[in-house]
Amino acid sequence: MGRNTDLPADRARFRVAAGTDPADWPDDTGCGVLHIDMDAFFAAVELRSRPELAGRPVIVAGSGARSVVLSANYPARKFGVRSAMPVAQARRLCPHAVYLPPSREAYREISRAVMALFHEFTPLVEQVSVDEAFLDVSGALRRLRTTPARIGAQIRARVAADHGITCSVGVAPVKFVAKLASGMAKPDGMVVVPAAEVVSFLRPLPVTALWGVGDKTARALERAGLHTVADVADAPVARLKKAVGSALGEHLHELAHGRDPRRVEVGSPDKSLGAEHTFDVDQDDVEVVVRELLRLAERVAAGMRAKGLKGRTVSIKLRFADFTTITRARTLPAPTDVAREIHAAASGLLRDNVPASDAVRLVGVRVEGLTESAVAEQLRLGDDGVRWRDVEVAADAARGKFGETAVRPASLLAPHGRSRARSPGGKAAGRPGDSGAGT
Amino acid sequence: MKIRVERDNLADAVAWVAKSLPTRPSVPVLGGVLLDAGGDDGDGALTVSGFDYEVSATVSVSATIAEGGKVLVSGRLLADITKALPDQPVDITVDGARVGITCGNARFSLPTMPVEDYPQLPAQPQFVGELDGHAFGEAVAQVAVASGKDDTLPMLTGIRLEISGETLTMVATDRFRLALKEFTWKPADGVTGAAVLVPAKNLADAARSLGAAGSTVRLGLSSGEGMLGLSGPDRHTTTRLLDAEFPPYRKLLPSQYTSRAVLDVPAVTEAIRRVSLVAERGTQVRLEFTEGSLRLAAGGDDEGSAEEELPVTYEGEPVVIAFNPNYLLDGLTALPTDQAELTFTTPNRPALIKPLDDEGKVAAGYLYLLMPVRLPG
Repeated sequence: MGRNTDLPADRARFRVAAGTDPADWPDDTGCGVLHIDMDAFFAAVELRSRPELAGRPVIVAGSGARSVVLSANYPARKFGVRSAMPVAQARRLCPHAVYLPPSREAYREISRAVMALFHEFTPLVEQVSVDEAFLDVSGALRRLRTTPARIGAQIRARVAADHGITCSVGVAPVKFVAKLASGMAKPDGMVVVPAAEVVSFLRPLPVTALWGVGDKTARALERAGLHTVADVADAPVARLKKAVGSALGEHLHELAHGRDPRRVEVGSPDKSLGAEHTFDVDQDDVEVVVRELLRLAERVAAGMRAKGLKGRTVSIKLRFADFTTITRARTLPAPTDVAREIHAAASGLLRDNVPASDAVRLVGVRVEGLTESAVAEQLRLGDDGVRWRDVEVAADAARGKFGETAVRPASLLAPHGRSRARSPGGKAAGRPGDSGAGT
Repeated sequence: MKIRVERDNLADAVAWVAKSLPTRPSVPVLGGVLLDAGGDDGDGALTVSGFDYEVSATVSVSATIAEGGKVLVSGRLLADITKALPDQPVDITVDGARVGITCGNARFSLPTMPVEDYPQLPAQPQFVGELDGHAFGEAVAQVAVASGKDDTLPMLTGIRLEISGETLTMVATDRFRLALKEFTWKPADGVTGAAVLVPAKNLADAARSLGAAGSTVRLGLSSGEGMLGLSGPDRHTTTRLLDAEFPPYRKLLPSQYTSRAVLDVPAVTEAIRRVSLVAERGTQVRLEFTEGSLRLAAGGDDEGSAEEELPVTYEGEPVVIAFNPNYLLDGLTALPTDQAELTFTTPNRPALIKPLDDEGKVAAGYLYLLMPVRLPG
């Protein structure tokens, strides 16, 4: 779901108005990336079967006491209703709206059909969520004898004609600019940011327009006196690093100059696999937490091997007794699907980030940056001896035959003091993938 | 304290010490540089020191000392200031809690930090031997390329130093490659053998700056306190040792090969740099060897591809072997010669790179082992 950033008036020239001559459109040479986002997707799908509701505020939401708004059409948004807002609050803002329960099967079906439509134009489709995707069309232009903006217009027309819903398209040379552009195009529009104007397009925007800048980073930048993308672009890198840390500082410097190294990634919709566990009693023994990390790492690794995936970024999530939650990540030298390696990285992160006295309420392990494990593999010294991976694969086979508890690391066998009493409620919050972020 | 020192001597000393200071000191005093002018005995030496419990660095600078004493000031700030001073004698005076630095018409007044909170500088460990500084600097750089950066595996972030009589061996590995350097040195009387693991970054920094001075480097070792010391004529540095087991690497070194190529190092490194432009981070460059020729190729249909063919001397069956281009370049650029030998058995087993001398013979003393990338299918 796109973040709506209104298009400043002086840059309305980036917008492609309906029914205009493509010759008058902004220059889309080198703009190989399209970001396509369905407009108020769930609500739009509901309106197909309830055309009489068109023009009225329509809100899709569950019916439970603590339900949140899943989707609101544009008439409802005028009243300030937003996705993820509690229904109670939406009802106060917009009591006369029509509230509909979600029909998830219909959304999934249309999502599949729309994604299939994208694939008619290019194989390079990165589905970000049920209603949103990046397309890299740069390789398809010659074959289709067209330009990126024309593909965008064609897709918009096809989505409307075939499915009776609208979408907005951002066309730009890099991903995060395309995503900003589609947000500004909403609803039912297209914005093209020419390669030569990316920087001038970005400069007046607030820092939150930069990929990766949430509230916390925005506050850190504000404290350093940086309010707009232009401020970030003009700031010395050293100052940025001081404000937000070394890695993020360089990242923001690049983005502010319109450079985004991410490519449109095709393939596995699973971008990460993870598992987490809530302790029955807040746990202040770091060794117990380390053992729990091993159990979670085993589980995540087995899930990755079952799906034929490897990943190179390991992150841990920690929630402390006071409910503050942190996540910390570390990138490995090479992708892995081996529990030993995931655990080594995860426990390193734990030891670096948990003051000895702090009680941990919840711990999670996640592996990100997943790729098909059939890709080339950097071999290691001594690989021709016993490899942990072989041991773990053998354990996978044994567990497949004899059940989950057939093979476990020794440190997970014996009950260790108070912490090992685990009630059924203490079971991890999900199997690997249950909490996977990739959709 | 009231002293006068030469500007260049002071700037060099402070710059060198400040380089070893932590960027984010855990307590402020550890970001300080200690200036110690000793007692009040006229012509003497000023010592400039830094210490963060892991690394210490000390330089002596000749100085005219009117009044002795000690003062602790921010290392970073002092380094910036001394670097920028005009070329005239520098007067340093302490007045209460401030230190004044005067040079020509420029005058600085800096706050000081409490000397009594500063840790005791470690004593130089016991002398175990000496070697040529330039050769040492080069050797450490050749080995450090293969050390690991991942501090979850501390044993791989070090350089193992093995003393065996007159042979000094240094070796490092991050499991993907291994670099080994062996050379002769002058052990101290009674020193026969020892093996320690030194943080690679600390050793590389120290060896680089001591090697640049060009004179003899003296090595000290205190296994009990877990410390290595290196000294040049007027500077000393110590670093804590890593308390970890280094992998048993000798048995991993291949003793035979079935394929051997002789590479022209500058030509091959340039070609690798070119073709690997299309290889994304972490992907491989393929080396296709046939008689008399090496074809380098990288990339694929999606990301773009590149290839380049070079004449080489090759003995063995035609074969395709793939490597991470950065690891391969690290090994080739660490070589002291322009000709190298690449030997291996199969595409999934370790390959060895060794320097060749002018006559095409293996120049003993250095080897770089590299694990290939296994291609799918």
